[in-house]
Amino acid sequence: MVSFEPTEEQKMLIESIARYAGTDLRTASRESEESRELPKKLVGKGWELGLLQASIPESFGGFGERSAVTGVLAMEELAFGDLAGALAVMTPSLFAIPILLVGSDEQKNEYLPKVIEGVWQPYTAAIIEYAFDFDADDLRTTATLNDGEYVLNGEKAFVPFAKDAEFILIYAKCDGKTQGFIVPKSSAGLSIRDEREKLMGLNALPLYRIKLDHVMIPASRRLGGAVGHAFEPVLAAMRLASASAALGVARAAFEYSRDYAKEREAFGVKIAQKQAVAFMLAEMRTEIEAVRLLAWETAWKLDQRKEDAYTEAYLAAIGAADMAMTVTDRAVQILGGHGYIRENPVEMWMRNGRGFATFTGLAII
Amino acid sequence: MAIEFESPKPIIQTQSVLKTVAEEMMRSKSRYFDDHEHEIPWDYIEFMHTAMKAMGGGALAPREEKTEDDSTKPKRPPIGYQLLATQIEMLAWGDVGMYLTTPGGGLGAAAVQAAGSPEQRSKFLARFVDEKPTFGAMCMTEPGAGSDTSAIRARAVLHEETKEWIINGEKIFVTAGDKSFTPYEQLGRGFIVVWASIDPSAGRAGMRAFVVEQGTPGVRIVKLEHKMGIRVSDTAAISLVDARVPYENILGSPTVEKTTTGFKGAMATFDATRPLVAASGIGVARAALEFLKEKLKENGVEIHYGLPRQRLTNIEREVIDMDILLKSAWLMVVKAVWMADNKKPNALESSMCKVKAGDATTKITQKVVEILGPLGYSREFLAEKWFRDAKITDIYEGTGQINRLVVARQILGYSGSELR
Repeated sequence: MVSFEPTEEQKMLIESIARYAGTDLRTASRESEESRELPKKLVGKGWELGLLQASIPESFGGFGERSAVTGVLAMEELAFGDLAGALAVMTPSLFAIPILLVGSDEQKNEYLPKVIEGVWQPYTAAIIEYAFDFDADDLRTTATLNDGEYVLNGEKAFVPFAKDAEFILIYAKCDGKTQGFIVPKSSAGLSIRDEREKLMGLNALPLYRIKLDHVMIPASRRLGGAVGHAFEPVLAAMRLASASAALGVARAAFEYSRDYAKEREAFGVKIAQKQAVAFMLAEMRTEIEAVRLLAWETAWKLDQRKEDAYTEAYLAAIGAADMAMTVTDRAVQILGGHGYIRENPVEMWMRNGRGFATFTGLAII
Repeated sequence: MAIEFESPKPIIQTQSVLKTVAEEMMRSKSRYFDDHEHEIPWDYIEFMHTAMKAMGGGALAPREEKTEDDSTKPKRPPIGYQLLATQIEMLAWGDVGMYLTTPGGGLGAAAVQAAGSPEQRSKFLARFVDEKPTFGAMCMTEPGAGSDTSAIRARAVLHEETKEWIINGEKIFVTAGDKSFTPYEQLGRGFIVVWASIDPSAGRAGMRAFVVEQGTPGVRIVKLEHKMGIRVSDTAAISLVDARVPYENILGSPTVEKTTTGFKGAMATFDATRPLVAASGIGVARAALEFLKEKLKENGVEIHYGLPRQRLTNIEREVIDMDILLKSAWLMVVKAVWMADNKKPNALESSMCKVKAGDATTKITQKVVEILGPLGYSREFLAEKWFRDAKITDIYEGTGQINRLVVARQILGYSGSELR
C-alpha cells in the first residue's frame, strides 16, 4: 500500500523533537554561530531525546530498531531548529550507525553499548577530504595491509569533535574500495590540527583537519572485521541524512520568509499580497514538498532493501542540495536588506544551504 | 498507518497490461495521427471500450467505493484515484493525445459527478458503460475568459412558460467536444456540460453547469482547432444560440444565493482532476527521458550515478536532474491522489503537483530535444512530438501561474481578494 501518514509513534517523536529544536536549538543558534560554540547542555538535552539510542537494538544496550523513515522525519525536524546543533547532537551516530549497519558482531558488542550508555560523547567519523573533486567512493586516503595490520595514510577534513573524541571511524581506500577503520585518537601517527576549520557556515560546530602518517590499525578494527564491509549502505544513509537536514533548513527559511512577507508592508499592502513574492513562496513550498517525498521514498526503499534504494539516495541528496540552495536564497531575497543583515537568521540558513553540496558525511541516519 | 510506497497489486497489474496497450495500440500510431490531425483513432477507441467493459468498469473513472459496512472483510484503503493516475500516466507514456481520446465522460462526467444530484448522476452517467463508446466534455473557456472564469459571458435564462433554460454563448477549447456532440455511428450519444451564468450580477455565485445533450438545436461545432501538439485529440469551438435545455439539466441549485458554493463545486472538481492531468504530463516526460537514455546507451554514453557533481559530464548532470524532477513530480501526484482517495482536502497538494508536473514535463521534453540535437529535432523520432505534446500540461486544467496562485493562497491563508 501507499501511505503518507507517519505512525503514531513517529508523530509523538516528531512532536518532542520539534519542541527541542524549535525552542532550545533555534534560540541558541545565532549566538552559537557568532561565538563559534555550542553550549554543552544544549547538545546534552538533544541527546536525551534518544534518537540514536532508539536505533540500536536492546541486545546492544539500546531500545529500538533503526528505521530510515523515522530518521528522515527526525533529521528534518532537528535541522529545522539549527543545523550546527542538529549535526552536533547526531555526531555519535557517525560512529555508531555504520557499525550497526555493516560492523562485525564483535564490533557491535564492543562499541555500540559504549556509545549510547550515559551522556553524549563525541564519537565521530572522518570521510571528507580537502579536494575540490572529493569522491566518497574514490578516496585519496589509503589503507594497506602489512603484516596483519593496516597502515593508514592521508588527510581528512571537516571531522566533527575530533579533538575530544576517543575513537574516530576513518574511511580510506583499501583494495580500491572505501572501507572504514575504527581508529583510537591516541594512535601513533595521527595528528589533529589545533586550529578548527574555518567555513562559510556551521561555525558553531567544531570541525577539524586530521593527518594520518603511517597509522597502524589491527585488522580486527577494520569495519566489518577482517573481510571488510559494503560501503553503499553507509553512503546511502549519509546521503539521506544530508537530504533530510536540507529539508529542515529549507523549511525554516520558507516559514520565516512567509511570516515576514505577511507582516511587511509596501505600497499599502503586505508584500505577500504581491504575486512576485507570493509566487516565490509557492515555488519554495513546492520544491520542499518534492524533495521531502523523494527522501521519504528513499528511506522506505532503504528500510525495505529495494535494489534501487542506493541510486535514489544519490538523487535525493543532489535534489536536496539544489533545493536547499534555491529555497534559502529566495528567503533572503524576500527579506531584502533585512535578510542580508545578521539580525535575521535567513542569511545564516543561506550559508548553510550552499553547504549541502558538500555536507554528505557530516550526518548519518 | 505508516509511510510506505509499495504499489498495491491491482496497480502493478494494470501497469503491465496498459504498457502493452501503450506500445501496441498507441506508440505505433503516434506519428500517423500527429500527421493526420482530426482523424479519429477508431481502433484505439473501440479497443479501449471493449477492454474497459471486460474489466467490469465503464470509463476510466474512480469507482464509487461501497459504503455498506461489511465488518467481516478487512478494510482495504481506497485506491481509486491512485489507480486512475497510474493508468493515465502509462497511457500518456504511450501517446498523450490518444489517451485524451479514451472513451468516457471526461471532465463533463466529472462535473456531473461533483455537482449533480444522485438522480442526475444515474441519469447522465449510465451511458458511459453502454454498448457503444461514448464521450462527454466540459465547456468552460470562452474567447474572453480563460483562467478568469468569472469573466464567463455565456447566459442561461429560464423560460417562464416552457421551464426550459435558454442558453446563449460561445465556448472554445472543448476537449473531445466533437466526439461528444457530433453524432458518429460508431459512438453512443454523448453530452457537453456548459458553464453559464443564471445571474450575471451575482458574479461567480451565479455560475451554473448545464448538461447539454448531443443534437440539441441551436448548438453547433464551429471549428476544430489546429494545435502544436496532442493533435489526435479534438479541441472544439462550440456556439450556443438560443439552445433549449430541460429544466432538470442544471447541476446544482437553480436559485442564486449569496454564496459561491456552486462555483466552489466546480473548483473542487479541479482538486480531483489536476493530479490526473499532472500524471498525463509525467507519462510524456518519462517517454522522452527513457528514449534519451536509450539513445545515449546506443552511442556508448554512460550515466555514472554516484559520482560527485564535480566529476559529472554536462549530459550526466542533465540526465540526473531530469531523473530527480520526474521522480519527485510523480511522488507529488501519488500523494495528491492518495489524499483524494482518503477524503483528505488536497487543494494545496493538487495544485503543487500540477505546478511541479507542468515544470518537469516541459523542462524534460525540451532538454531531451536539445541533448539529442538533430535526432531530437527530426520528425523521424518522437522526441520532437513529445516536446510539442508536453507543453499543454502547463496550460490546461489551470496554467502553472494559476496553480501557483492557488498554492500561494493556501500557504498564506489568503482569500482571492487578498491575493489577486
